[in-house]
Parts: sequence; C-alpha cells; structure tokens
Amino acid sequence: MSENLVIAVEILGLGWGGIFLVMFVIYLVSLVLSRMFPPENE
Amino acid sequence: MEVLIEGVMGLAAEPGRIVMMVIGCILMYLGIKKEYEPTLLVPMGLGTILVNIPNSGVLSTGGADGPFQVLFNMGIETELFPLLLFIGIGAMIDFGPLLSNPFLLLFGAAAQFGIFFVIIVATLLGFDIADAASTGIIAAADGPTSIFVANSLGSKYMGAIMVAAYSYMALVPIIQPIAVKAVTTKKERRIRMTYNPRAVSKTAKILFPVIICVVAGLVAPDSLPLVGFLMFGNLLRECGVLNNLSNTAQNELVNLISILLGLCVSVRMQAGEFLQVDTLIVMALGLVGFVMDSVGGVMFAKLLNLFRKEKINPMIGAAGISAFPMSSRVIQKLATEEDPQNFILMQAAGANVAGQIASVVAGGLILGLLL
Repeated sequence: MSENLVIAVEILGLGWGGIFLVMFVIYLVSLVLSRMFPPENE
Repeated sequence: MEVLIEGVMGLAAEPGRIVMMVIGCILMYLGIKKEYEPTLLVPMGLGTILVNIPNSGVLSTGGADGPFQVLFNMGIETELFPLLLFIGIGAMIDFGPLLSNPFLLLFGAAAQFGIFFVIIVATLLGFDIADAASTGIIAAADGPTSIFVANSLGSKYMGAIMVAAYSYMALVPIIQPIAVKAVTTKKERRIRMTYNPRAVSKTAKILFPVIICVVAGLVAPDSLPLVGFLMFGNLLRECGVLNNLSNTAQNELVNLISILLGLCVSVRMQAGEFLQVDTLIVMALGLVGFVMDSVGGVMFAKLLNLFRKEKINPMIGAAGISAFPMSSRVIQKLATEEDPQNFILMQAAGANVAGQIASVVAGGLILGLLL
C-alpha cells in the first residue's frame, strides 16, 4: 500500500501540477490569439 | 419448458441477478421519471436486466460472443465510443466566454482536485493504483473520460464507475450547493463581479482548438485521443463551412453513440462483477470526489482573493468542473439566492468550459503517468 500511496502522491503533484501548467499555457495562447487576431480586423 | 425451468432455477440459485435486475429498473426509473441522464441510464437500465438473465443470449450465443459483448469489444475495449462521443461534445462547446476571459482557465485546473484526492483516499483503502486512478477519474465529472481512463487502465470497476460518473453528473444541482455552502460564507456568495467581455474574432476561435491540440499533445501526448476528438468537434463548429457535419455531430452522432454506449456498458453490470462491497466504496468515493472538486475550486478562488484588489466570487471556482452547462447554472442560482441582482453566469460558464478542457487533460496526464 505504501508504494501505491507514494505513486498516488506523485500523481497529485505531477498530475494536478501538469493540469495547471497546460491551462496556463492555454491561457497565454488565448492572450496571444486575442492580440494577433482582434475582431476589428475581420 | 426445460429452458424456462433452467432459467428460473438459475435466478433462484443466484439472487444477485435479481438484485441487479432491480438496479436496472431503478436506473430506468431515474432516467424516465426523474430525467437524470435518460439517454444513458435508460439503455443501461434495460441492458442490466438483459445481461443478468441466466444464459443470456446478449452475452454469448452458440459459443460465440453475443451482440452486447460484440458491441463492448468494438466500442469500449477499442475506446472508440467515448472518443466518438467527444466529437459531438466538442461541437456543442462554445469557447467564446473562455476566450473573452481566459483567466477563468485556471479554475478548470483547480476544480480537478477531487480526482487526486480520491486517488489518495482509494489507495489508503487498499485499492491498487490503477483502480484508485480509475475511481478518482469519476470526479472529472466527464462520462466519456471516465470510461476511457478506466478502460485504458483495465479497471474491474467499469460498471460502477460509469453509473457513478453519469448519475452524479445528473445530481450536480443537489451535490454542488451543499459543497459550496459548506465552504463559503453568505458574504462571499454575495460578491458581485463585473463582466467586461472582450470580443473574440472568428480566426481566434478557429485557431484555438488547433493550438490546444498541439499544446496538449506536447505536454501530455496520452491526452491526445481525448483532446484531439474534442477539439475536432469544436473545429467543425467554428470553421463555419461544415455546419451540416457540426449539427450531425451534436445530434445524430451523440444520440447514436449514447444508445450503443449505454447498452454495451451493461456488460459490466453482471451480478458477479457488480455486487461487491468494493463497488459501493467506488461509488461513495466518486461522490466524495465530486464534493472535493467543488471545494478545491472554491478554495483556489479564495486563495486568489488574498492577492486581488477586485475580489472574485469564490463560487466561480466550483463551476470549473466538466458538467456543462449544469454547473454554471447551479452557481448562478446560488448567487441569485443570496442577491437577486448578482449575475455571475458568464464567468461561471467560462470556468465550466475550462473544466471540460481540464478534465480531458487530467485523464491524459493520469494515463501518461501510469501507463
């Protein structure tokens, strides 16, 4: 069980942290998209 | 006559089959009478009855696989059904509110906390890591992702996971208010937020799903089947030249797959597999996961409020789950209960859409870490 628990805690750190990382990158991408393609240009 | 007697004797010898038939009836009752996810619970309910009849031909006939088993092998074991469902879901999502306020993306990440909380608790209860992760993913509040991950990890609790994932999603209007009220004060729930949406160009909306695929693929390649199909559906919607395909994905495709998915998942609802104490624990853990998602989202919003001048209504954090649009509506209702003039629906909808992206990323990351 203790081995599984270590893996579970690792998943918490890497998994949850990974989601924040991906969402943060998508956040930056969204900002860049808004700047590069403003609706006024369409 | 001999077959009839054999069937009745089979039922009497295994009363668990009768219990499962009652469960099948309850699923149909919830779907038909209470309208809880009827597209899935009704076929699943009848399927549960069919697979629990002794010597059921839907499972095997004449020594070969029966139709349910064939469907299961084709659609679930290959993971095609949940993925095809994602095309339809992607075609239904409007990323507009999110793109106009991308800050809300972070709430989608925060509200996945329940997944990881449940994985740890399940491990402490003695589940092996694959079953613990499959149980945790119920908290993604995303049926297709739950099926995809549980199947990829070879979980033996597929039936329970699916029933829990879909029934708790239908119960979001009951579960979330309790969880949110437990961790917020009246004052916090009354916080008003100004909504200043930026207009979003069509080009940005078209490029968004493509870029998400690339980003998710680079960070978590295992999430690509989920993200890719979801974003393909969204591209059909946004590109503007495939409206017929988009409409088909949103209606015919989703309906057809839901019928087949509901029926063939009942293969995992056989008495011998389903009626175990572990099944009840899995379902209870799923409920805990849903609650902890809301708590995680709210606590993250409260944490941000410590550093922000313009405060966020912390209930927005709870909307960062995948159950769209139900969760955002629940949050708006809670806000209106405290202050009839408080409108936070658009912010909640943005967080809710973020939850849809985050849940598939979570599924992919967990698979990447465990496979």
